[in-house]
Amino acid sequence: MTAHGSSDLLVILRHGPQGSSLLRDGLDAALVAAAFGQRVSLLFMGEGVMALVDDQQSDPLGQKGTLATIDMLSMYDIETILVEQAALEHVGLAPSDLMLPVSLLSGSILSSLPASHRVVLTF
Amino acid sequence: MRYAILLLGAPYSHQASHSALRFAQALLARGHALEAVFFYHDGVHNAARLAAPPQDERHLVDDWVALHNEHGTSLEVCIAAALRRGLLDEREAARHGKAGHSVEAPFELTGLGQLIDLGQRCDRLITFAP
Repeated sequence: MTAHGSSDLLVILRHGPQGSSLLRDGLDAALVAAAFGQRVSLLFMGEGVMALVDDQQSDPLGQKGTLATIDMLSMYDIETILVEQAALEHVGLAPSDLMLPVSLLSGSILSSLPASHRVVLTF
Repeated sequence: MRYAILLLGAPYSHQASHSALRFAQALLARGHALEAVFFYHDGVHNAARLAAPPQDERHLVDDWVALHNEHGTSLEVCIAAALRRGLLDEREAARHGKAGHSVEAPFELTGLGQLIDLGQRCDRLITFAP
């Protein structure tokens, strides 16, 4: 887990793809930071884990959705995708249901994560 | 310490804007510096030039402007979040063929890069969210 502490920016995403644009706005901030050469880690917590579910539709809602953005993360060298284990279990999902490989975090490793980053943005 | 604030909450809908303003005033009173407030997500509504709250309520827009005038805090508004919510300065209004503008100085429309830059330049970047 020491590798996670080496990034410059931690973006915490606590909102799902539907209901508000906080997830999209948080992802946009992460992409811009990565484009500026910062090393970015993403932490999906709570409803935010729903962002990672594969094969989502967004057209019926008249919104663009966030799937395409999640798809682009690796192009921006955002490879550290962290997920709150309890949040994933709460919605009955397993890592194999997600569209990209993630690291599951819980307990003291999860709670010490913000302190190991110089800048934390929470959406 | 050099602080910056990221404000995501809409004024009057959520506590976030009031809390951010009170935090800004408190840190300045303690002798710290407030480099900038970055308005993003629904927080961009704090830059609405035409806001006219009842007289017995705090005028958030005027209070942000006072913060700029008295302490030199820059008031930076995410341009992408602002445009889609109808918050345009004179230049953007002209560019999009709109009859009026809803944002004026000292608020500045700027990009998310500014937020990332603030994170690097300041000792503390504090988020206020709904």
